[in-house]
Amino acid sequence: MSLWNRFFSSSSSAPQARERLQILLSHERQVLGGDDLLSSLREDILAVVAKRVPCDREAVKVRLDKGSPLSILEIEVEIRGEVASLGRAAA
Amino acid sequence: MAKIITVTSGKGGVGKTTTTAAIGAALARTGDRVAVVDFDVGLRNLDLVMGAERRVVFDLVNVVQGDARLSQALIKDKRVDTLFLLPASQTRDKDALTEEGVDKVIAELSSQFDWVICDSPAGIERGATLAMRHADIAIVVTNPEVSSVRDSDRIVGILDAKTLKATRGETVDKRLLLTRYDAARAARGDMLNTADVLEILSIPLLGIIPESPDVLKASNFGVPVSINDPASAPAKAYIDAARRLKGEELPVQVPTAPRGGFLSKLLRRAA
Ligand SMILES: Nc1ncnc2c1ncn2[C@@H]1O[C@H](COP(=O)(O)OP(=O)(O)OP(=O)(O)O)[C@@H](O)[C@H]1O
Ligand SMILES: [Mg+2]
Repeated sequence: MSLWNRFFSSSSSAPQARERLQILLSHERQVLGGDDLLSSLREDILAVVAKRVPCDREAVKVRLDKGSPLSILEIEVEIRGEVASLGRAAA
Repeated sequence: MAKIITVTSGKGGVGKTTTTAAIGAALARTGDRVAVVDFDVGLRNLDLVMGAERRVVFDLVNVVQGDARLSQALIKDKRVDTLFLLPASQTRDKDALTEEGVDKVIAELSSQFDWVICDSPAGIERGATLAMRHADIAIVVTNPEVSSVRDSDRIVGILDAKTLKATRGETVDKRLLLTRYDAARAARGDMLNTADVLEILSIPLLGIIPESPDVLKASNFGVPVSINDPASAPAKAYIDAARRLKGEELPVQVPTAPRGGFLSKLLRRAA
């Protein structure tokens, strides 16, 4: 950083921090949510899927819609590439 | 029946133990009976911050395991006679605490005190979840810094999932305590400000504790900062937070930058 900048730029980094946090946390709240059941399920699913197709952590989303008398467990796994070819390769 | 407060954060070193001692002492100064409980098994520190380290005979684990009675383990503060400390043990066995054991101790404390304040260990493991298990109120201690805010967000999620209140379908009353707040840096825009953190975590604000050498000084003496020098800025902020816990509606003061004008700042930056 130039001397000029060091003296006079209001190098405010806080807006960056806020933006990064907002993006990160909206994601983490979905996938973690502090709920042990969901995070363990997520880990299990990830392990099973990753055995067959390359898949990273962020690609697995697990949500639980709590209701009565019925709750819905929603699992979403994003897989990159063509599944057919991937499947054959892994088999 | 006591109100049970858990002081928690996820991230380590943000000021939980300092806060437990300071708010405990401030509440006790109002005449309320207060027990502060160190849940940081293996790494006890609350005894040091409260200046009681040489008076520890029995600890939380001894009481949980039935090797000592609660009355034998509680240490009465030397300065405030309604303030008591239940120290943690130095044992490295984290499994020494059981849910049933903690339930029993909290129930007994609850019948004898107005406030029970649990100092949580860092992390989100068993020790932290045991410390928050009985919480009516959780003080979420957060520094205005990205990793601390992220961990606090995680802790808020866990408070809503793993506490007894959560399993009963109720919610823990969560309050944000922003600590180590550096007003000069916030003014420069180099630090998340209060509004940023509040917006991100969206839990009500209990107070803002400024970054201050008075905190270290008080811990050197082994006196809770709120009673070491009650006129100091962090002491005032902690005393106000305690009053808010008692239901008073006090406006929160956002710390302003201490003196040291433009020129001195320039010089410091150039150095
Ligand atoms: N407002 C403050 N101003 C300056 N220093 C502070 C402030 N609050 C806490 N500290 C210092 O930060 C350090 C960590 O504080 P403390 O032990 O209370 O954190 P903690 O969250 O309990 O840590 P741990 O997670 O290890 O239990 C201590 O040296 C303490 O004196
Ligand atoms: Mg601590």
